[in-house]
Amino acid sequence: MTDTDTDAGTDSDTGADSLPVDSSPVIGRELQLITLEVNGEEYEVITEPRRTLVDILRHELRLTGTHVGCEHGVCGACTVLLDGRPVRACLMFAAQAEGAAIRTVESLSDGADGSELSDLQRAFRSHHGLQCGFCTPGFLMLAEGFLAERPQATKAEIREVVAANLCRCTGYQSIVEAIDSCAAARREGEEK
Amino acid sequence: MRDGPMPGVPGAGVPAAPGRGGRLVGRSVPRREDPRLLTGRGRFVDDIALPGMLHAQFVRSTVANGVIEAIDLTAVHEVPGVVAAFTAGDLALSDIVAQLERPEPEFVETAMPVLARDRVRYVGEPVAIVIARDAYAAEDGLEAARVSYTVRQPVTSAAAALAADAPLVHEEAAHNTLVDVSLCATDGIDEVFAAADRVVRVDTRTGRQNALPLETRGAVAHWDDREEQLVVQTCTQVPHQVRTVAARCLRLAERAVRVVVPDMGGGFGQKSVVGREEIATAAAALRLRRPVKWIEDRKDALSASFLAREQHYDVRAAFDADGRILGIDADVVCDMGAYSCYPFTAGIEPLMASAELPGVYKVPAYRVRGRAVATNKAPTAPYRGVSRPQYVMVVERLFERAARELGLDPVEIRRRNVITDFPYTGVNGITYDPGSYLESLDLCARTLRDEGWYERRTAAAEEGRHLGIGYACFSERTGYGSAAFAQRRMAVVPGFDISEVRMDTSGAVTVTTGTMSHGQSHETTMAQIVADELGLDIGAVRLHQGDTDRITYGWGTFASRSITVGGSAVRLAAGKLGEKLRRIAADRWGIPWEETALGRGRVHRRGDPAVTIGYPELADLAYLRAHLLPKDIEPGLSATATFDVFNDGTFSNATHGVVVELDEGTGRVEILRYVCVEDCGVAINPQVVEGQCRGGIAQGIAGALFEQVTYDAQGEPSATSFLDYKVPTAHEIPEVTIHHLETPCAFSATGAKGAGEGGTIGAPAAVLNAVNDALRATGVELDRTPLTPETVHRALRGLPEPAA
Amino acid sequence: MKPAPFRYHRARDLAGATRLLAELGEDAKVIAGGQSLVAMMNFRLARPQHLIDIAGLRELDHLGTDADGALRVGALTTHHTVETAPPGTLGAEFEVIRAAMGWIGHLPIRTRGTAGGSVAHADATAEWCLLAVALDAAFLVHGPRGRRRIAAGDFFLGPYTTALDPDELLTEIVFPRPAPYAALTEFAARRGDFAIVSAAVDLDVQGASVRGGRVALGGVAPVPVRVPEAEEVLAGGGSFTACAAAAAAAVEPPDDANGSASYRKQLIATLVRRACEEAVSR
Repeated sequence: MTDTDTDAGTDSDTGADSLPVDSSPVIGRELQLITLEVNGEEYEVITEPRRTLVDILRHELRLTGTHVGCEHGVCGACTVLLDGRPVRACLMFAAQAEGAAIRTVESLSDGADGSELSDLQRAFRSHHGLQCGFCTPGFLMLAEGFLAERPQATKAEIREVVAANLCRCTGYQSIVEAIDSCAAARREGEEK
Repeated sequence: MRDGPMPGVPGAGVPAAPGRGGRLVGRSVPRREDPRLLTGRGRFVDDIALPGMLHAQFVRSTVANGVIEAIDLTAVHEVPGVVAAFTAGDLALSDIVAQLERPEPEFVETAMPVLARDRVRYVGEPVAIVIARDAYAAEDGLEAARVSYTVRQPVTSAAAALAADAPLVHEEAAHNTLVDVSLCATDGIDEVFAAADRVVRVDTRTGRQNALPLETRGAVAHWDDREEQLVVQTCTQVPHQVRTVAARCLRLAERAVRVVVPDMGGGFGQKSVVGREEIATAAAALRLRRPVKWIEDRKDALSASFLAREQHYDVRAAFDADGRILGIDADVVCDMGAYSCYPFTAGIEPLMASAELPGVYKVPAYRVRGRAVATNKAPTAPYRGVSRPQYVMVVERLFERAARELGLDPVEIRRRNVITDFPYTGVNGITYDPGSYLESLDLCARTLRDEGWYERRTAAAEEGRHLGIGYACFSERTGYGSAAFAQRRMAVVPGFDISEVRMDTSGAVTVTTGTMSHGQSHETTMAQIVADELGLDIGAVRLHQGDTDRITYGWGTFASRSITVGGSAVRLAAGKLGEKLRRIAADRWGIPWEETALGRGRVHRRGDPAVTIGYPELADLAYLRAHLLPKDIEPGLSATATFDVFNDGTFSNATHGVVVELDEGTGRVEILRYVCVEDCGVAINPQVVEGQCRGGIAQGIAGALFEQVTYDAQGEPSATSFLDYKVPTAHEIPEVTIHHLETPCAFSATGAKGAGEGGTIGAPAAVLNAVNDALRATGVELDRTPLTPETVHRALRGLPEPAA
Repeated sequence: MKPAPFRYHRARDLAGATRLLAELGEDAKVIAGGQSLVAMMNFRLARPQHLIDIAGLRELDHLGTDADGALRVGALTTHHTVETAPPGTLGAEFEVIRAAMGWIGHLPIRTRGTAGGSVAHADATAEWCLLAVALDAAFLVHGPRGRRRIAAGDFFLGPYTTALDPDELLTEIVFPRPAPYAALTEFAARRGDFAIVSAAVDLDVQGASVRGGRVALGGVAPVPVRVPEAEEVLAGGGSFTACAAAAAAAVEPPDDANGSASYRKQLIATLVRRACEEAVSR
C-alpha cells in the first residue's frame, strides 16, 4: 500500500476537536480503509475514496450480481438495499456506506448453495419478468425493499415504483405482474 | 450396463411428437436461463476479471468533422496508473470495410479505421486507446491527452449532406451518398398516378434512435500462450463475424482468434455489427500480452455507439375511388452517420425499406429510390425492425390519409387492400408465404369495438376531450436465408445455420447453434425443440452458443432468424441423431431401422412398445463398446445439420390497435389501450413470444413518443445522458393485450416464424395513427416521430408541425 | 464516467462540519444524500478536491411541527421520510409537502436525497425550492459566525447558486404556517424527470371562497419565482383560469430543447389552474 497516507487523515473522522485536516490537493492515488457490511458479512477494503459503492461491490468484493447501467442514477441496474431501503449504488461512494447494512441480489436466494429461489425470484420466473436479465437484480432489490415497507401495495403503486428502473426487454408488464403476484401471495400467507 | 431411470432422462411411455403437439414445443416452459440470472450468477462481460487485467478507455474526437493535426499522449503516460496509450499509428491495424457488390454510384465503398488516423468524422470517434490499472485511472488518462484538429464545417443532416456545396464526409463519396439504388420501378407508373382518382402524399421523418441495450458494449481480450490464441470475450450478436474482422485487422490467422460471448444484456441490433473498440481492445491485449477490459460507459454509449432510424420518406400513393391502392412512389433517404457498418454496410436501412415497403397490401405498381447518406454523426447499425417501423408508418399513414380523403373507414380501406391469397408474389418480386393479414386486422378492430372504445371516443369528443383510435397492419419478413440476403448483394452473405447435437454416455445432450441469444431465451426454446425431437426432458439438453471454437460457424442472432433458421438446424440435427440411435437399436434387434421409433429417452420397436433400449444403453454401445456396432455405423453419438432458406423467407404478421387520449393542457399522449394480434406461426414458447411482443412494443412506443438522439449545429451530441435521452419507464408504457393467431411456416422445420421484431415495427404507426385520429377535429395531421408533447399541444390548437 | 480523485472527510458534528468547510474552502463540497452531486462527479462536471460527508449529523434528520404550528424539516431529512411520515408528524395542513415528494425522481432517489441537499443544490426546477418559495419558508444556516435565518425569497440567487456562504451549512427548513389549501404540480416528458414547468399555489380559503393566495413557478426563470400578477388576480376574486393566464403572461420563460418559451407559457396556464383546483379540493 505504497500510496497510503494515513497520517494525513484522509479517512478523517473529523469532529470539533479532532486531528488536523489534510487540506492539500489530491495528487496521485489516495487510499483509505473502508469497512462494509454486505449480506451479513463484514468486508474491509483499501481503496480510493472516489470509488462508488457499485464498483466496490462488483470489482473488490466480486459480488457481480449488481450491475452498472448508467452511472448517473437513472437506470437502476445497480439498485441495492441500504438498511433495507432501495438505493442507487452508483450514486454513492463506498465510504458513505460504512455503518450501513447492505443487501445485494446475492442475498435473496436460499438453501445450502444459495440456489433456492425466493418467492420474489420465482414470481419473476413464472411471469417471464426477465429476458436478458441485466436489469433484473436492480428490479429485484427495488421490489424487495418496496414490498418490505409496503406489503399492501396495489398494482398501480407497484407500477409507479417499477418506473424507477429501466428495462429494455420486457415492456415492464411482466415485471409489474411478477411483483404484484408475489405481494398478493405474501399477503395470503399472512392471513393463513 | 446401467439399469433404471437416469437423471434428466425420463422413462418410456409417451411417444415423441416433434413440432406443434410435442410435449414441450408450444408450452410456456420455464426458462433455463432464469435461475442464474435471478441469483446474480449470470456472467456478463464486465463480470469477468482475469489476473493482471488492465482497463481501457478511448480518447474520442471532440469535433464532428476535422483533420487530426497532432495527437500528444506524453502527459497521458505520466498519469498515475496509466500503463500504455496507443494511436492508430502505434497499432497499425487494417481498416474495417463493409462491401456491397454494386457498382458506383449504387454503392460507394468507404473504410472505417479502428482508430481515427488523419480524419475524424463524428464527435466521439475513437482516436486513441488508454490502458490503465483501473477504470478510474484510465479516465484520468483521457483527460491528459492532447489532440489538435483543423475543424471543418460538419454536415449534420441528410438534407445538408445532399446540398450541392456540402462538405464531404468521405472524399470518395460524391454528394455524401453511400448508397443510391432503385430496386423497383414499375413500367407506366406515372400514367397510373396521372389516371388515379386520388393521390395522397406523406412526408414523414423519424428521429435518430439508440437501440440501447441496458448492458453497454464491452470486451475482455487476452492472449492465451498455450492455445496460441487471442481470446476476445465480448457481448456480440455475431461472434464469428467479430472473429473474422479481428483476425483481418490484426493480420492473424482466423484460427488464432477465439471469440467467446458471455451472458449478454440485450443487443437489439446494436451488437450485430463489429465495433471498433473491441478490435482496439484486442489489439492492445495482443501488444501488451496482458488481459485488457473495455466497458463502454453510458455517455459514450449514447453519443458514440451505433445508432439507427433517422429516415425521411417522401411518398405518394394512388387510389381508385373505392379506396383500392393503385401504386406507390417512394423516395427514401436514410441518414447513416459517418461510416458503413460491418457486415451490413450503409445499405442496411435503404435496401430494407426499398425491398419491403409495399408490405401487406396488394400494390400493383411501385417505384422506389433508396439512398444512404453520410453525415458527421455516429454511424448506424441495424436496430430491431430495421426500416420497417418507418416504412410501415409511412404506408399506414397513406391508408389513413386516403381513408380520410375518400370518406372511408380506416379499417375498411385496409380490408379492401390486404393480401388474402397466398402465396402472393408482390410487385417487389417477393413471394409472401401464408399469413393472417385480414384475420388479424378484423380481430384487432373487433376487440376495440367490442370493448366500447368507439362509443367512448364519441362521448369524449362531446365533452371536448381528444380520444383517438389507430391501427397498424403489417408483416415482417423473418428467416432470411442466403438467397434473400444475396439479393441485397452484400459481399458477406449471411443466412444458413449449422447445429451439432451430441449425446454423451449418460444419454444427456449438448446442442450447438450458430445463433446468439441475448434475451431471446434460446437456451430454453432450442432445448424444447431438441427435447421433443429426441423424447428427452428439457433438463437433459444443454445449448452451447457464442464460442467460435465450439461452434462450427454461425451468423449470430439478428433479423428474427434464430428460431426459424437456427431452430430448424437444431431440429434437423436432433433428427439425424435420433436416426443413428434407431439404427444402433435396430442392429441389436436385427430388424430394419425403419421398424423402430423414438420414445421417451429410448428407442422402441414399432408396433411393440414393450421392446425398448434406453439411450444410456445405446450410448454405452456407441462409445464404450463400439466393437459391437455394425460396420456401417461410426462410433460416437453426434450429428450435424445445416439449414438454409432458399426462397424469400417467411412472413410473420400482426395488427396493433391503440387508443390514446391527448391532454389539451400539456399535449401529453396517454395510451389508454393497446391490443396486439400477432401471428408468428408455431410459437415454440408462447410466453417468450409474448415477452418479445411486449418488449418490442415498448421500444416502438419509445420511438414514437420519447427517444431521440439530437445534435447541435456543430455536430455535438446533445442527448448524452438519460436525462435527455428519454427511455420510457413503466409509467409511460401501457399494458398490452396479446392475441395469437397461428399460420405455421410451411418450410421451417418447426413451423415457427420469427417473433423478435414485430412489436417494434407496429407500434410507431399505430400510435401515430391514434394521435392523428384524436386530432381529427383540428385538421392537423402529424407525420414525424418522436411526437413531443409540445408538437401535440400545438396541433391541438390547430398549428401544424414546425418546418423540418 | 468515473469521478476525479478527491479526499473524503466525515464530519461528526455541526461544529466539525463548519470547521472543515472553513479550512478546506472553495475546493470542498458538502455531501449529504449526494443524489445530484455524485451524478455530476461521475460525469466530471463537478470535481471537488474535498468531500465533506455530513450524513452522520443525525441532529439534522428531523421532521415535525413546533408550538407555533410551523413545520421544521431538518436538512438531512430524506424525501422518503417526508413522503412516509405518520400523520402525527406531518399532518393534513402540510399535505402539499408530502404530495410534492412524489414528483422527486423515484423511490431509490428519494430514500437517499435530502431536503437540505436539494435546497442547497438549488436546481431551478427542484420541488423543495419551489415549495419553499411558495410557502414563505425560511432556511436556518450555521457557520463559523453563528446561525442565521434566510428567507426563501432571498436565498436563491441563480441556477445552483444560493446565499449560503462557502463555509455555511444549511441545517433546517422552516415552513412558518399551515398550508391546508396548497398544491404543487408539474409537467415533464416522463414522470420523475426534471420538470419543464412546475407550479405551486397556497390559497387563502375562507368558507367556500378563495380570498387570495401565493403562486410560484419553477422552470421559468433561473430560480423559482413568486408571481405577484397572478396573486393579485386571486386577491381580487378572479377565477383560477384568470389567475393562471396572468401567471403565464407575467413571466418570460426560457426557450430551449425541453420546450419553447411559448409552450412553457401554455404549460404555466395549465399547471397553475390545475394546482389551484387541486388545492381547493383538499
